[in-house]
Amino acid sequence: MIPYNPFSLKNKKILVTGASSGIGRAIAIACSMMGGDVILTARNKSRLGETLSLMQATDNKIIIADLKSSSDISRLVEELPDLDGIVHSAGIGSRVLCKNILKTDYDNIFENNFEAPVKLQTELLHKKKINKEASIIFIASKAASFPSVGNALYSASKGAIISYAKCLGLELAPQRIRVNCICPSMVWTNLIIQDGIAKEDLEEAEKKYPLKRYGKPEDIAYLAIYLLSDASKWMTGSDIDITGGAKEL
Amino acid sequence: MELEDFIKKIAAQFDDTDASEFNEDTDFKGLDEWSSLVALSVIALVKTQYGKTITGKEIRSCKTVKDLYNFIESR
Repeated sequence: MIPYNPFSLKNKKILVTGASSGIGRAIAIACSMMGGDVILTARNKSRLGETLSLMQATDNKIIIADLKSSSDISRLVEELPDLDGIVHSAGIGSRVLCKNILKTDYDNIFENNFEAPVKLQTELLHKKKINKEASIIFIASKAASFPSVGNALYSASKGAIISYAKCLGLELAPQRIRVNCICPSMVWTNLIIQDGIAKEDLEEAEKKYPLKRYGKPEDIAYLAIYLLSDASKWMTGSDIDITGGAKEL
Repeated sequence: MELEDFIKKIAAQFDDTDASEFNEDTDFKGLDEWSSLVALSVIALVKTQYGKTITGKEIRSCKTVKDLYNFIESR
């Protein structure tokens, strides 16, 4: 008897951006464990190599690319096989008070968190690299709907990608290509430890979460597996909260 | 980095506390208006004006404006 596993990613080719660290890395690893063939992309070759070394030896491949560069996007898409899954996980954090926002802050966050995934997605569609019944995931954030001090630009960039994803889902539905967003609250990655936030402060804050901790990258990866697998065939246009029960960030 | 100028800049991070209340010995965290919001504002100030990164925890370890100044200078 074939083992029953509706969450298998066997024979699926999956692109994961931002695979060199954090949630992207955990997703790449988990996809390979579930039998998927993963194409990992990010800017940093050595850290991508580290991710690859932690993966199951399915047919995985590294393509170095800076998604802020249009020529890198073209080259990446050119080199890609036809895909059954795409995880847009590359992104950056930011903490700037509204009164201190500079054009450079705005440009930086929107280029990374909105423009880059949208440009990549456009090129993938344009070059017809996405198979019918494929699944597309955007790693958004609960920050889009939970306000927090200093998070205006980041929250806005994630809100923008969620709105984009819903329209994309509608446009791709005729091909039964599904588009969903994952909206995590705080997850332990380098993204949250920056701009003057000390780890000790976060360790104190995570105790306020109903499940008494922030997320681990793997917690998010398991939801990504579900969304990439045929088990979620009837899911599209959703933004799924994964928050440890938190009602604020 | 000038102490006088630094005191003015710190004072400017507060909206309700008058700038005249600030000198090098001011226990800035003891002011009514002090909050995590002001702390974030100070973090941003230090980053944009002096190109240095400090954490909320490090700010909490300083008592007076002068302590904070010295801490940032030592970075």
